[in-house]
Amino acid sequence: MTAKNTSQAPSEEMVPIFVMGERFDVPASLTIQKAMEYAGYQLIRGCGCRGGVCGACGTVYRTPGSYRLEVGLACQTVVQPGMYLTLLPFFPGNRAGYDITEMEGTGEEVAELYPEIFKCIGCNACTQSCPMDIDVMQYMARAIRGDVSGVAELSFDCIMCGLCASRCPAEEVQYNVAILCRRLHGRNLVPAADHLADAVESVEGGRFDEPLQELMDMEEKDLIKIYRDREAEPDNAEDDWVPEDRDYVVSRSERD
Amino acid sequence: MPYPESLKKLIKKVEATRPARVERKKAGQEFEAVDVEDRDELLRKYHPDYRKGTRREIKVGPSKGYSISNEIVDLLEARSRIDPGLIDLSEPDYDTDLLVIGGGGAGTSTALIAQENGVEVTIATKLRHGDANTMMAEGGIQAASKGWKDSPYYHYLDVLGGGHFKNVPQLVKRLVNNGPDAIQWLESLGAMFSKESDGTLKTMHGGGTSRKRMHFAADITGAEIMRTIRDEARSREEDIEVIEFNPAVDLVLDDKGRCAGAILYNLETREYHYVRAKAVVLATGGCGRLHIQDFMTTNHYGATADGVVMAYRAGVPVSFLHTVQYHPTGVVYPEQAEGILITEKFRGAGANILNVDGEQFVYEREPRDVEAACIIRECSEDVGKGVPTPTGKVGVWLDSPMIDLLKGEGTVGREFPAKHILYERYGIDISREPMLVHPTLHYQNGGLQITESCETNVPGLFASGEVTGGVHGENRLMGNSLLDVVVFGRIAGKAAAEFVKKKGETGKPTLEHVKQYNQELDKEGVDTDRIAPMILPDYSNPEVRKRQLTTEYQGTIRG
Repeated sequence: MTAKNTSQAPSEEMVPIFVMGERFDVPASLTIQKAMEYAGYQLIRGCGCRGGVCGACGTVYRTPGSYRLEVGLACQTVVQPGMYLTLLPFFPGNRAGYDITEMEGTGEEVAELYPEIFKCIGCNACTQSCPMDIDVMQYMARAIRGDVSGVAELSFDCIMCGLCASRCPAEEVQYNVAILCRRLHGRNLVPAADHLADAVESVEGGRFDEPLQELMDMEEKDLIKIYRDREAEPDNAEDDWVPEDRDYVVSRSERD
Repeated sequence: MPYPESLKKLIKKVEATRPARVERKKAGQEFEAVDVEDRDELLRKYHPDYRKGTRREIKVGPSKGYSISNEIVDLLEARSRIDPGLIDLSEPDYDTDLLVIGGGGAGTSTALIAQENGVEVTIATKLRHGDANTMMAEGGIQAASKGWKDSPYYHYLDVLGGGHFKNVPQLVKRLVNNGPDAIQWLESLGAMFSKESDGTLKTMHGGGTSRKRMHFAADITGAEIMRTIRDEARSREEDIEVIEFNPAVDLVLDDKGRCAGAILYNLETREYHYVRAKAVVLATGGCGRLHIQDFMTTNHYGATADGVVMAYRAGVPVSFLHTVQYHPTGVVYPEQAEGILITEKFRGAGANILNVDGEQFVYEREPRDVEAACIIRECSEDVGKGVPTPTGKVGVWLDSPMIDLLKGEGTVGREFPAKHILYERYGIDISREPMLVHPTLHYQNGGLQITESCETNVPGLFASGEVTGGVHGENRLMGNSLLDVVVFGRIAGKAAAEFVKKKGETGKPTLEHVKQYNQELDKEGVDTDRIAPMILPDYSNPEVRKRQLTTEYQGTIRG
């Protein structure tokens, strides 16, 4: 069995870190998050998924002898000797109001909602401050050019932690521009899935009500037999694979 | 931390068997799956649910006598955080039509549909809106969207097989029949599913699926769904108010026994507030942070079973809580990433599971409980073929480099960007080196009993998502939790809105049920100073805690 994920570390080398200026000596292998817990903090702000996807624990820090301001997620970044840091669990950000159903997905619409995108001075501080290594300045350049899909694709890994906005001299809120573009892209700029609409129609037409009711009424032993005998789509099958037994799928002739 | 020499030496054994394994995979030759008839014996012997001494009967409440994990019973056999007599219910601090407790996938879906059905909604959430296990779900969302080869019929069979045929049939029917519509709703909100250029949704297999029906958005499917529906909720802020950092700690009933709101605890000012509501939906998620049997967990920081505790006190029975899901593949090394989920999608894409000799011992697409039990067996003293880690733990290999060999160079980086970056930070390239994994506490299979309209037995109290039990039976399949939160979140939103519109005057609010519960604890001889809900786990250093000797509060300075 494996131990639960607490801040307890095996006996090992200790290093000093400075949390908002206060020194604590912590085991060298811990992440910033676990090091703070080791030091005695019980986190409320600045802690979420503990797995690098939720954006709650954006952190800025400096290390001795370097002028550079560095960034990372507290749950992912291992402490460094002498680092001094602060979490940035919240940063105020402007979010435009919109009804996505009334939009078409054009660059003009995005620019109208977020006119400040044109104030970008190309300083690249946003890209340097992204803990997900997203080229933020590049996607903002796409936004300026009206390339909504470009913004969507380049910003896909964004966890909306807010570090980019915290560093932006033009007062942009990049991550809100990005989510708007991703939604417009997903909704308007790629084709909707026809097969999905067909599947919804079949269900709504009650196509499977009877077969499902039969399964629901069945004895467990009979169900197990059907389960075991059910045909499996091979791993390496192409998407247009069709099963031998087509009683419970919608055949092409039925659809047409 | 890159792999040390000791592990690099063992990786050579994985590399030695890899070419032959890739060839077999290409030829469609799979490792033999465990027969459905043999699953029971395997689980009884090796699945953590069956370990002796890890469960006990609940002594109080509506499911008294039901034997479930000690850690959950501890919370059910605990007192309220508040003295119910001290709460002033005469004037509500917030007044709303519908209170949704929990701001994850289920709660947010509920809020959106309730709002569309004409009611005002307040979401109260423990941490930030979107801080939830939904955000962390990676692999995908199932639905029978490809009618030429799949249908709700096959989806139903797969769900039942995964759940040991014990699932509640009516709930499963809703889950599978509403699947395609749920995906279409998300598509219409702008969720960026991975698609072909003509709009066809990409789908793949998951453990226990007979058809490729796992839809995904790269390897951050849950995050993509969560951030999309959260953004939509923000677009409707006039009707959907969100109160963050305010977990609910107890439900309020009225003198007719209907749910009339909840007590919230402000984590920052430490005040308790009464929210009056015409109906309440519990969407508080799961319990991974209880670290059942000391297992590491993939779960969000706030996953502490709060909803089960509150509703149980109010009289809602629980079911299927005797099983807990251990995800077969959580990171066991490097230490910094311990417990983090490695999506089943890696196995869906063809990566084998291997022992210390680089040999296969299990088919990689078994249902999760079977897969986890086989891994635990391989690591056990009975077999002794686990891979020892430098930190004294044991795991097995997940051979991710196979994926590039099967599906083309660069596939791992493209299809699994989040994990690729995560491991890169440790100096490990998972398209070249395998990952070291072990089963990790992942999902609360059971929970509150609900009807197919998400009603509980308390009028005006609804529940959706992981806090409920029945749809997944004794074991959930991959990709059915994201579907669960969306399908039942939406159902709960509609049902609760209808209830609100039909409901007359709310009666006199009361916490009498909490008092009675405390009395029942006394009567049954449960002598404890435990309080629940837990709200957050405490990972602070015990050495530090020993020195936290404040005897009383001074203002909000904690004791």
